[in-house]
Amino acid sequence: MRMPLLALLAKEPAHGYELKILLEQIFGEAYPSPNIGQIYVTLQRLERDGLVRSQDVVQRTRPNKRVYELTDAGREALAAWVDRPSEGPRIRDDFFMKLALSPLAGDTDRLALINRQRRDYLNQIRGLTTLAAQTGPGIARLLIEGALLHLQADLDWLERCQEELV
Amino acid sequence: MTGPSPPASAPGGPAVLLRASNVTKTFRADGGPVSAVRGVDLTLRAGEFAAIMGPSGSGKSTLLHLLGGLERPTSGEIWLDGRRVDGLSQAKWAVLRRRHIGFVFQFFNLVSNMTVADNVELAALMGGASKRQAAERCAELLAELGLSDKAGAAPARLSGGEQQRVALARALANRPSLLLADEPTGNLDSSGSQSVLRLLTRAHAEGQAILLVTHDARVASAAERVISLFDGMVADDAALRAPHRPAAARAAKAVPAVLRLHG
Repeated sequence: MRMPLLALLAKEPAHGYELKILLEQIFGEAYPSPNIGQIYVTLQRLERDGLVRSQDVVQRTRPNKRVYELTDAGREALAAWVDRPSEGPRIRDDFFMKLALSPLAGDTDRLALINRQRRDYLNQIRGLTTLAAQTGPGIARLLIEGALLHLQADLDWLERCQEELV
Repeated sequence: MTGPSPPASAPGGPAVLLRASNVTKTFRADGGPVSAVRGVDLTLRAGEFAAIMGPSGSGKSTLLHLLGGLERPTSGEIWLDGRRVDGLSQAKWAVLRRRHIGFVFQFFNLVSNMTVADNVELAALMGGASKRQAAERCAELLAELGLSDKAGAAPARLSGGEQQRVALARALANRPSLLLADEPTGNLDSSGSQSVLRLLTRAHAEGQAILLVTHDARVASAAERVISLFDGMVADDAALRAPHRPAAARAAKAVPAVLRLHG
């Protein structure tokens, strides 16, 4: 959440609620709606770390709003984030941990585990495919298409796990 | 289940259209017999749309061929529309396929020296339609598929996606009670897959029963049910949830003009 907020503030100062709306607008329905409380907490931490600064803007008919802007340090942190390669293959996969370790907890029905997960993936794919059809071209649809491709790979991987472990 | 439901003759829903009971298929190979299908039980009701998934070699295509009469099972029973069909002769199966089953192959199998329209019309004619009915049905299907302007073309002049849509039109030409499709998007790019998927979804909404084999999760997720095949056996048979329709509310929220992003 930190870096996306810095990126949005790089364009112009904004208050917390505007940032929430912007994230929703850019990333669309598939993106989990950011919690406003989490946004405020993140902004406070960014300020504590010197990456943003804020000031209260007086509004006549409403409570004051706190407007945040990027500092030079924030701009540098943002540039470093953009330049850094992102995390590659998903080595820490929660489901795989369950599959690998469940026999230790006495649960040895790995096929049931795999089937349950497969149903969940298929339902996610069904929901996202419907969403993709309702979403115009652009960032939000690319996000959905990416999620779908990952889910297809997850299904293929489940088959491999089933071949090997069941 | 969407689409009109025929009168129920079995408890809990529409009539059973297809039933496979303990079906097996063993091929003779150099290294000894190979069991491709090992005791599959499967029921498809009228108007139902189910997908069969599974790794390559899991027996998906063999199972579909058995259900469409392209191969004969080693043991087990297959019932179509209340009639036992696993022991039928090739000739009787051919009649059954012409009238009751549409089959879509992975590699289209269009007749190359006939026009697109003739490929589709022939299927309708063989299903018992009059010449005029066949022409009308063909025109209707090609229009629905956005292929009206290709009616007079040779299949080879069409893209892969277009050929697969023609193959689908041909399979639907005789209004089959069951559509069987083997990897219907297997050789298509993403937009070709999309158009095939749209057509399948629409046919299903109009009450078409569909059983297809696919490894494409997006195609499978259009079905209401996914059967996972593994080592020639059913590992799971899962009903999918109705797709979630998010409220359009979020998009309608106003964004302060100063903050609107461009590009």
